[in-house]
Amino acid sequence: MFDRRKFLTTSLGAGAALGASGLFPAWALPASKGNMGIPALTGTNFDLEVSKFKTRINGRETMAVGVNGSVPAPLIRFREGDDITLNVKNTLDVDTSIHWHGLLVPFQMDGVPGVTFPGIKPKETFQYEFSVPQNGTYWYHSHSGLQEQIGHYGPLIIDPKGVDPVKYDREYVLVLGDWTFTDPHRIFAKLKKNAESLNFNQSTISDTKGLKGMWGAMRMSPNDLADVSGETYTYVINGHSTSDNFDMVFNPGERVRLRIINAAAMTLFNVRMPGLPMTVVQADGLNVQPIETDEFQIGVAETYDVIVRPTEAKPFAFVAESIDRSGQVVATLAPKPGMRAQAPKVRAVPVLTMTDMGMDHSSMSSMSGMDERSMKSKNATPAAKKDHSTMGPKMEGGSMRDMDHAAMGHGPDPHGPAVQLAKVEADIKVGPGVVNVAAMPTNRLNEPGIGLSDMPHRVLTYSQLRSLVPNPDTRMPGREVVVHLTSNMERYMWSFDGVKFSEVKESIKFMEGERVRLTLVNNTMMPHPIHLHGMFFDVVIPDYQNGGGNHKPRKHTIVTKPGETLSVDVTAEHVGDWAFHCHLIYHMHAGMMQVVSVLPNPQKSAETEMEHMKMDHSKMEGSN
Amino acid sequence: MSQFLPLMKICAVSALALFVSTQAAIAEDNADQAPWSMADKYWGADVMAKSREAVQKSNGETLNYLVMGDRLEWQDTGGDGSFLWDAQGWYGGDLNKLWIKTEGEFAFEDNEVEDAELQALWSRAVAPFWDIQAGVRYDLEPKGRTHAVLGVQGLAPYWFEIDAAAFLSTDGDLSASVEAEYELRFTQNITLQPRAEIGFSASNIPELEIGSGITNVDAGVRLRYEIKREFAPYIGVEWQKSLGNTADFIRGGGGDPDNVVAVIGLRAWY
Repeated sequence: MFDRRKFLTTSLGAGAALGASGLFPAWALPASKGNMGIPALTGTNFDLEVSKFKTRINGRETMAVGVNGSVPAPLIRFREGDDITLNVKNTLDVDTSIHWHGLLVPFQMDGVPGVTFPGIKPKETFQYEFSVPQNGTYWYHSHSGLQEQIGHYGPLIIDPKGVDPVKYDREYVLVLGDWTFTDPHRIFAKLKKNAESLNFNQSTISDTKGLKGMWGAMRMSPNDLADVSGETYTYVINGHSTSDNFDMVFNPGERVRLRIINAAAMTLFNVRMPGLPMTVVQADGLNVQPIETDEFQIGVAETYDVIVRPTEAKPFAFVAESIDRSGQVVATLAPKPGMRAQAPKVRAVPVLTMTDMGMDHSSMSSMSGMDERSMKSKNATPAAKKDHSTMGPKMEGGSMRDMDHAAMGHGPDPHGPAVQLAKVEADIKVGPGVVNVAAMPTNRLNEPGIGLSDMPHRVLTYSQLRSLVPNPDTRMPGREVVVHLTSNMERYMWSFDGVKFSEVKESIKFMEGERVRLTLVNNTMMPHPIHLHGMFFDVVIPDYQNGGGNHKPRKHTIVTKPGETLSVDVTAEHVGDWAFHCHLIYHMHAGMMQVVSVLPNPQKSAETEMEHMKMDHSKMEGSN
Repeated sequence: MSQFLPLMKICAVSALALFVSTQAAIAEDNADQAPWSMADKYWGADVMAKSREAVQKSNGETLNYLVMGDRLEWQDTGGDGSFLWDAQGWYGGDLNKLWIKTEGEFAFEDNEVEDAELQALWSRAVAPFWDIQAGVRYDLEPKGRTHAVLGVQGLAPYWFEIDAAAFLSTDGDLSASVEAEYELRFTQNITLQPRAEIGFSASNIPELEIGSGITNVDAGVRLRYEIKREFAPYIGVEWQKSLGNTADFIRGGGGDPDNVVAVIGLRAWY
């Protein structure tokens, strides 16, 4: 049997993982081709080459841009705290880059062109060097152009330095993707020409909800669950379509760890294994208290590790269904290689509701203290003031002073009385780019993903997640920064606070050492997986000890549902400019992006230092 | 060919105006302080400035275009019928676009173009669902008249597509037209498109058979099948009625001011 503890300790190019297998790296081969779990390959030096190459997806030849000639890219696996060197050679005729998604690297190694480095020019080799104070399941991808859509993504696993609290006998990586045989620039162009043209689930004469009432009046569609659907996409697991059948083997009774990464460009997936409960043990690379469920929605860029323990010697289906139910991809977990699980039918298509429009007044009563506070402050600061001419999130004068005051007065006690945080909220730039839908956004963390509310089985919610270890920073935030997610879907314009990335004149500012509450208000009708580089979101679950519990789940990416307002607490530890964006690639490409600058704090007080003693900095490289 | 010259001039001027305003906007941006710059000390300020500008531009400031034949159809207008085209296209960003529209009719029996016009408009997004459009219209047939155009195009509540414009000709004649379209899907591929158009004129223009007041009302339905979203043949029927003095002019010229015609055509875009 495969022994996961046996590591190659020599430095090894990850390209070697490709071996003779050709189109797929060894980890992404099905069991029928000999993959009995993840091959034990690790190292500290990796040679990666980004190129354009032919590959086959769903039996059809296609051109890809990717790493070391395979889709997905090689598995990069190393040990927590090790000094890692990655040489990335660009053989394309355009720039490329690699961003290490979720890794706390020094910002100049974060791999975002125009923000943290200039990108990797054609023929150039760029050397990434870092060590990270974390372990778990992560991934990496291009942050240049639309390369991620056409294959430039791969998994990354960091093995814990000590004992892994997650016990398992066998593991597989499942990288979900949405492959297209269409040029991604053509997809984006089509969305700009006609934003509904790739949706094949539009209102019809027999389903007129979207044509009349509030929907028709506001020119909003309740059928707009995904901009790009199964008509355009072939959904894949590790590059394998349903007919290619990525199969995995198990011995009955074994604990099988599935490391699930959503590396799709635009698709949120509903993940389930009919007949097999899944125990979620990790989210976004950080361990959570094990929680058993039957289904979960995984946003683009999120990762979930689950343990399954099949006892019956029969094949089980692993189903990843697109959020708009326009397609799915099925893999097989079976007692023998070469078996194929029965693929369930794609389920009925859900429609959006008034809650998704942020206009469901009935749900107000269910809101907890957390939300009431933010509602009050919302009344004090109207969400959209039209009289302001300056655009873009900015820090208001005196907000730092407010922060210090708050931190001194109430900061350290998470269970203290509710305090009104000093609030920084940019005025939404109103205009052609913003259809301000959500008049009454609500906190929806205790709801499952869109379309999964009425399932006959258990569905995971964010509010069920608890960090396995206590949160490293339990200070109450000193101030609140509010960011609105805004759009005009008709013009396919996407932005933060009504300002497209191309129009940003000033980044959002955090101060080094500062504890900030970041509140995301989704004024659009789509779910957005929001990702902030270089920091983890401590998700504020309103019902969990009034939002102050010290086992908050920590995530690098959080799906903000339509018409939702949610808060995350962030510790701005590492000085640098960090990308902040929606991880739906065409939303980002249309402008739904910003930069969070963590400014060096020259007068970091002794008090703050004391607070930080609790946090383990020893393994973190200085970022300047 | 000489009749095309004014049009080419118009296009050239519009394109130049668009180019200059874009360049001015870029120059203005450069004058401002960088929105973030901490990577400068690792990789150099110059190289980062270039990269920053490129990444900002590519995430939100891309230029796009559309070419669309909304109605490319044969109309059963008696005899061999006629071919009607109604096409438009645009090029530009989210807020500013150069918009070209053309509409016209070719009569097979007479083997000649009966009507043809071309518009070049600067289109500015002013509200989430509305653009203001201003520019010129040049009539290729008949006569080669030039008009100033001011219009509004957009999507009204309950999904009605509206295109309204006023035209002031070099002869001082003021006219206007309002078009409304609606798309009713039977299935994801079969769509019924009701469409109505009303014309107005402030004055009598006998040589064009146009009378003052409401000149005409055209109303039709077209049923299309989208082989692809971009490519949809259709069949339909249209009622074309001239009113008031316009109807009198047409009757005087031996025409019928009230027609119902069958149409068959293609809607395509790229």
